Amino acid sequence: MAEGLSGKKFSGKKFSGKKFSGKKFSGKKFSGKTVYNGITMGKVMVLRKDQEQIRRTKVENAEHEIDRVQSAVDVSKQQLAALYDKAVKEVGESSAAIFEVHQMMLEDEDYLDAIYHVIRTEMVNAEYAVAITGDNFAGMFAGMDDEYMQARAADVKDISARLVRNLSGQGAVDFSTMEPSIIVAEDLSPSETVQMDKKKILAFVTVHGSTNSHTAILARMMSIPALIGVEMDLNQIQTGMTAVVDGTAGEVIFEPTEFQCSEAEKKIKNEKEKLRLLQELKGKKNETSDGRTINIYANIGSVSDVGYVLENDAGGIGLFRSEFLYLGRDDFPSEEEQFQAYKQVVQTMGQKKVIIRTLDIGADKQADYFELGKEDNPALGYRAIRICLKQPEIFKTQLRALLRAAAYGNLSIMYPMIISTEEVKQIYTIVKEVEQELKEAQIPHRIPEQGIMIETPAAVMVSDELAELVDFFSIGTNDLTQYTLAIDRQNQRLEDFYNPHHKAILRMIKMVVDNAHKCGKWAGICGELGADTELTQEFVNMGVDELSVAPPMVLRVREKVRTM
Amino acid sequence: MKEFTYVITDKEGIHVRPAGELVKLAKEYTSSVSIIKEGKKADAKKVFGLMGLGVKQGMEITVQVEGDDEDAAAVALETFLKENL
Repeated sequence: MAEGLSGKKFSGKKFSGKKFSGKKFSGKKFSGKTVYNGITMGKVMVLRKDQEQIRRTKVENAEHEIDRVQSAVDVSKQQLAALYDKAVKEVGESSAAIFEVHQMMLEDEDYLDAIYHVIRTEMVNAEYAVAITGDNFAGMFAGMDDEYMQARAADVKDISARLVRNLSGQGAVDFSTMEPSIIVAEDLSPSETVQMDKKKILAFVTVHGSTNSHTAILARMMSIPALIGVEMDLNQIQTGMTAVVDGTAGEVIFEPTEFQCSEAEKKIKNEKEKLRLLQELKGKKNETSDGRTINIYANIGSVSDVGYVLENDAGGIGLFRSEFLYLGRDDFPSEEEQFQAYKQVVQTMGQKKVIIRTLDIGADKQADYFELGKEDNPALGYRAIRICLKQPEIFKTQLRALLRAAAYGNLSIMYPMIISTEEVKQIYTIVKEVEQELKEAQIPHRIPEQGIMIETPAAVMVSDELAELVDFFSIGTNDLTQYTLAIDRQNQRLEDFYNPHHKAILRMIKMVVDNAHKCGKWAGICGELGADTELTQEFVNMGVDELSVAPPMVLRVREKVRTM
Repeated sequence: MKEFTYVITDKEGIHVRPAGELVKLAKEYTSSVSIIKEGKKADAKKVFGLMGLGVKQGMEITVQVEGDDEDAAAVALETFLKENL
């Protein structure tokens, strides 16, 4: 339970409904589950979920409400203009255009007239008028017999939600002007985190989430402290407060006292010293004292992460999660856009291996435009390679981009969620078709090394036959563990049952490695388990060829290997 | 009034991005600009109305321009359509 330095137990009810009082809150400490160690101090930014239902209230003065709408439109347009500028710099003009269109939508006379009409005739508040108009316009698009236009309903809802936020003075979470902050939230979705400028995130502190969630994975990638399952009342925490997040102690302190600040500063200094020592391992081999070696690669989720890979002296990229190209946007990334991204990564990495995993969307990673629909069992559902095999047009676009990029460097392709040899054969047929098309169009390309993720118990059991077909295996321990132990990795209540060191998993890894070696193929681990230094010794003993870990873990694992 | 027809060749039709650009262009002129598809008419200066037409590949649209700068506007719009849609 959270306990303040003052010794008083924190009670969420105590302040509820009352205005926050900084004095009472000073030095308030909460504990949570640590996702990534490390300590930081900085300003808090609270991300609140969409406001609860918008209330309809009667107003006396319709013109006053209309004025409010007009100022909210101005503020929204400024925010969108800033977002547009940021997006142009970061993702290019074509992807940024959506923000320009959103600005135009906000200028649309039909839309604005409809809002004003609702206010004048019903004498209601601006928030309600905007929300109801947004719903009506969204309904118009949703009713069109064109899938693309149906998806535009989301744009209308988006601008309407922005207007409502600005009307309520909540202010949209505008990441473009964000200062370096400790992000505090109920929970974070991958599409939210993908929008953030990673350089400006000091730490994550969430009420919900699990150690295997994507926020957690992101925190490890960025090597920033992260705490989840923190029992705090967000109503009492405000943007702009100061906080200390201490991953090692598993606690967060809001509005720290002077004493707590100086303690934190000491710890921050120590940590920097430790990191400096790790830096000295750069350029050294991943070799045990008896001369055994293992490759240590890095996992990344976007082109900009390549910097972390090089900074941490990884031997290559063992997992490039290509789905991040598909998330946080409203339409499929084009072949050209993907090609440029992949090419940039392989060229930046020079001779080093870059293993790109094809689209792994579905389950906990959703993008609306895929229109995957609700499933009772998404983890066991329509996802990853299953989407690619059922909708080959999506798959082919990515494969074309990959085969083209392969001509520019040491690229390998990896297919996720495989359960059978038949799937691999189907994939190869499609790859051949793509190759033929590229050949005919005389576009430079190459069929690179192709491997699969081993993340289903089925793939483990037939890994002897799979090994004959593919060039390598990479064991995705997160999914393999959840499927083998029948434990939902997003379900917080099950965390105590979730034992990543379960004998079943370790035996499976051994089996996969042995089957790969029998066919002269290599096998690696790209799940979080690969970074678990308690197991490094065992992995080396099993003959695992490669460990792919979050970039900041590369040197830590190297340190471990060198002491063995 | 100037009027011309154009058949959309872009495989996605008048989707968000070109609709936005078209509106931006139409707004540069004082003339009124209307787009007609299958008898449905939309103001080309309003992005929702334009998108609401649901113009797809292979469809013919009629563009009507009326006002002081209609000649220049019609030329610009036709060029834009040919280049982008």
